[in-house]
Amino acid sequence: MRILIRVVLVLIVLGIIGGAIMAWNLGRASALPSGPVTSVAAAKVITQPIADGPNAEQLRRGQYLVRMGDCLSCHLRAGGEPFGGGLGLNTPFGVIYSSNISSDPTNGIGNWTPDQFYKAMHDGIGGRGQHLYPAFPYPWFRNLERDDDDALLAYLKTTPPVAYKPPGNDLIFPMNIRFMVSFWNVIALHDAPKSQAPADAPPDWSRGAVLVRGLGHCSACHTARNLLGADKKGHDLEGGVLDAYVAPDLTGNQRTGLGRWSVDDITEYLKTGRNNRASAGGPMGDVVTYSTSLITDEDRHAIAVYLKSLPASPDTDIAAADAGSMKRGAAIFSDACTACHLENAVGQPTLFPPLGNNAVAQQNDPTGVLHIILAGMRVGPSPTRPSPLTMPSFAWKLTDQQVADVTTYVRNSWGNRASPVKADQVAKLRRKLDLVNVRLTDNSGDQP
Amino acid sequence: MATTLKPVDAVIVGFGWTGAIMGQQLADAGLDVLALERGPWRDTSTDFATGFAQDELRYMWRHHLFQNVSDDTLTIRNNTSQTALPMRHLGSFLLGTGVGSGGVHWNGQIWRFLPSDFLTKSHNEQRYGKKSVTDYDLTVQDWGVTYEELEPHYNSFDVLCGTSGKAGNLNGQVQPGGNPFEGSRSAEYPTPPMPQTYGPTLFGKAAAELGRHPFPHPTGNLSQPYVNNLGAQLGACTYCGFCEKFGCGNYSKASPQTTVLPYLMAKPNFTLRTECEVLKVELSPDKKQATGVTYVNSAGEEFFQPANIVILSSYILQNVRLLLLSGIGTPYDPATGQGVVGKNYAYQTMSSVNVFFDDKLINPFIGAGALATVVDDFNGDNFDHSGLGFIGGAYIAGMVTGGRPIEMIYTPQGTPAWGKAWKHAAAKNYLRSFSLSVHGSCMSHRGNYLDLDPTYRDIHGRPMLRMTFDFTDNEHKMSDYLTDRAAEIAKAMNPREIKLNRRIGSWSVVPYQTTHNTGGAIMGDSPANSVVNKYLQSWDVHNVFSMGAGAFPQNAGYNPTGTLAALAYMSAQAIVQQYLKQPGPLVQA
Repeated sequence: MRILIRVVLVLIVLGIIGGAIMAWNLGRASALPSGPVTSVAAAKVITQPIADGPNAEQLRRGQYLVRMGDCLSCHLRAGGEPFGGGLGLNTPFGVIYSSNISSDPTNGIGNWTPDQFYKAMHDGIGGRGQHLYPAFPYPWFRNLERDDDDALLAYLKTTPPVAYKPPGNDLIFPMNIRFMVSFWNVIALHDAPKSQAPADAPPDWSRGAVLVRGLGHCSACHTARNLLGADKKGHDLEGGVLDAYVAPDLTGNQRTGLGRWSVDDITEYLKTGRNNRASAGGPMGDVVTYSTSLITDEDRHAIAVYLKSLPASPDTDIAAADAGSMKRGAAIFSDACTACHLENAVGQPTLFPPLGNNAVAQQNDPTGVLHIILAGMRVGPSPTRPSPLTMPSFAWKLTDQQVADVTTYVRNSWGNRASPVKADQVAKLRRKLDLVNVRLTDNSGDQP
Repeated sequence: MATTLKPVDAVIVGFGWTGAIMGQQLADAGLDVLALERGPWRDTSTDFATGFAQDELRYMWRHHLFQNVSDDTLTIRNNTSQTALPMRHLGSFLLGTGVGSGGVHWNGQIWRFLPSDFLTKSHNEQRYGKKSVTDYDLTVQDWGVTYEELEPHYNSFDVLCGTSGKAGNLNGQVQPGGNPFEGSRSAEYPTPPMPQTYGPTLFGKAAAELGRHPFPHPTGNLSQPYVNNLGAQLGACTYCGFCEKFGCGNYSKASPQTTVLPYLMAKPNFTLRTECEVLKVELSPDKKQATGVTYVNSAGEEFFQPANIVILSSYILQNVRLLLLSGIGTPYDPATGQGVVGKNYAYQTMSSVNVFFDDKLINPFIGAGALATVVDDFNGDNFDHSGLGFIGGAYIAGMVTGGRPIEMIYTPQGTPAWGKAWKHAAAKNYLRSFSLSVHGSCMSHRGNYLDLDPTYRDIHGRPMLRMTFDFTDNEHKMSDYLTDRAAEIAKAMNPREIKLNRRIGSWSVVPYQTTHNTGGAIMGDSPANSVVNKYLQSWDVHNVFSMGAGAFPQNAGYNPTGTLAALAYMSAQAIVQQYLKQPGPLVQA
């Protein structure tokens, strides 16, 4: 009998291990999460009305600033609680995990003083006096007024406590020594120069400049990084690469930037996550869900006005696309893409973006568009447009060469002009996204 | 031993169309709502994306989205003299499962029943005499609800789906281009009708020449992009021809996924638990009130979920079985005619006419779910039945729903089913043929009913549902008459030849006909003749509401989704506006 129990126990243990391995194998190759999209539910936390009380005004201000500063995008991991942190940010130096900024006194910032919070926001110094990595955007947040910092902390202390300790960072030497950040601060941290309004600037231009340059920290993604991971000087908001995403050029460039967008195009995009030109997915989808869809029309307008005033980035020389690649790309496009983007890539308004004169498709770095084709992209839901419209992953269907061909074709058709793409670029990104072996769907029963 | 969970205000059993509608309506009213769905989560981009949605083998023939009949099925027989056997392959109807369920793989055919359809007994008795509704042992009855009462709720569903169509009767005024026979609508369709392709256009011309009144089929496949009342977005259909039995990859078919879920999933007071199958509704000792439901998850763990309100919104066959397993209401006995649960099971009487041309390219692969031109001249009581010997009718549709290579290749009369001759005929006719669909009503009959099988059990050890059904003489006469009317239109199109596919003999579970099972949990004006009242509330257990086509006392000559959705909206309104304030029977027995 005892032997039988042992055998059963061993079988159970083996079963659990086997199950875990299977779960791991099944889970890893999925390009898009197949569970419900609940991000809008998390956004409810930061839109809950605040009851009247002695410091209600300060709390409301703090809550609005949390939305404007897009705190939730980073301080919420998949399946986690709002403000609990634990989201891993892939940097060239390793993985940095966002911290718990809920009101939990042990794991969060429930016990922080306003001075401690101010030092973090202004100087990047954590609660224990340690240097914070500038993945936390204090180089932008330092532009806030002290009142705003106090309001932010006051509000965060009212959020539900999250008893969760994020994992430690996983960084390469010497970046794993926090003290190194102090050198970084000396070289890279500086007060932003006061923006000068152009002569004919609309009245809300200055407000827009403050939001874009300060709490909105747009250039944290939309400006290229230098070797130190700081903003590349002279390339402000001309677009950057973040992990395996491209944050597009936001200058007036007609090809890669917002040159063809109107102020209304920008405000609609920020409010709903979609317009007749583009849809916000990936990290920008989160920005829409947790930030820009939840701020006032006035602030969205100010941001748009400011962005529209940015002079066009310089254009680069573009190599001509190979005729064979274009021909093959056209056939693949007709077969794989027209079900949504339609013939001639005219798209459907606010649903499926038109691809002609499309800035995302024409970024100098093709990583963004390749990422979308390989992994798919889910549009960030917003209160007025909750549909998480999703481009499916094509990693299972198209070879590296086919992805390269169709991308080259898209980047050089219907008025588009951008560098052609090679198969090895696709292969590299495919490995990085862990999409080498993929199955059709989570429950299809297909084998990779 | 089941684990008892935290109580909720309302538990929703099954998450297809009616579950989604009830979830949205009750969550909007502020209730804490939990939905339990036995199948998996399903989403457009991961489960039926454009890159693989058009896979006939996977979805249609290998049943990728359907109920797995080796887990659970039902037993079938034609009459009480036979022994029912389990349905081991899906055939005549294709049962859904998973989030969205049949709302994912339906065809998008959105109809309203005729005003007279809700008065099947009294209207026909008045016009054709008492015998017309008692011939052939028919057990038809009035619904206990009128078209006028349902009209605003039909409208709610149109607004939700963005239905594409042309009104034929707007506020009592007959409109050119629409269906002149329909009940009065309070609003035009939200989007214009789908542009018709060649086949339906030929049908419309021929029908008009014969003096019929053709109009475009109202569709949940949209003619243009649409944003509904919940902010959810749909695109324009691209006529891919893979609709019924398939999920839509480009957001152009109304489904719970495209119309409700984006809004509902964001509500903090709504929760959806997938892969949780409800085994039973639990009742208070006096059996007058439900205390909640017992369910089992995919790990085999049992839970008791307490709830103030239980909404049964699974498919009708599951709803009726749950009522029977839970002891709600008296089971129907065909020998005595006593009891109501399981009574008046009905179906849809389908036939068709294939049309073959030599000189006209139909290109059937350019199709869409409900892409059709329709005549309604011989539906319901839109025509004089005097001397015809039957009641009911059908719409006749010149339909190009797709040209799927396995299912939808039509060959002329006398062509063998395989081999060289079949190949030759298939190649010759594929591009030059299409089908006229005759979508007929099905009256209820004393011998057609649902009960629990005495022998066979499902994986949970529960008795399977037993279906006893056959077409009656009324249905055969109706279908023959309507098939002849369709043949007239087919001939008027001047084809090379036509082929009549009549509804002959007993009902068989094998060939696919339609997933329009109705009845068994029927509605009516008293507990003596029905399971639920006009608000779909159980007469016996006042906090149980049974949704879906199970409430139809008999089936009209239309697809059921529009009507079952309207009934759900009406039920939700009564719950929110009346029941919550004063829980108890909404209609006094």
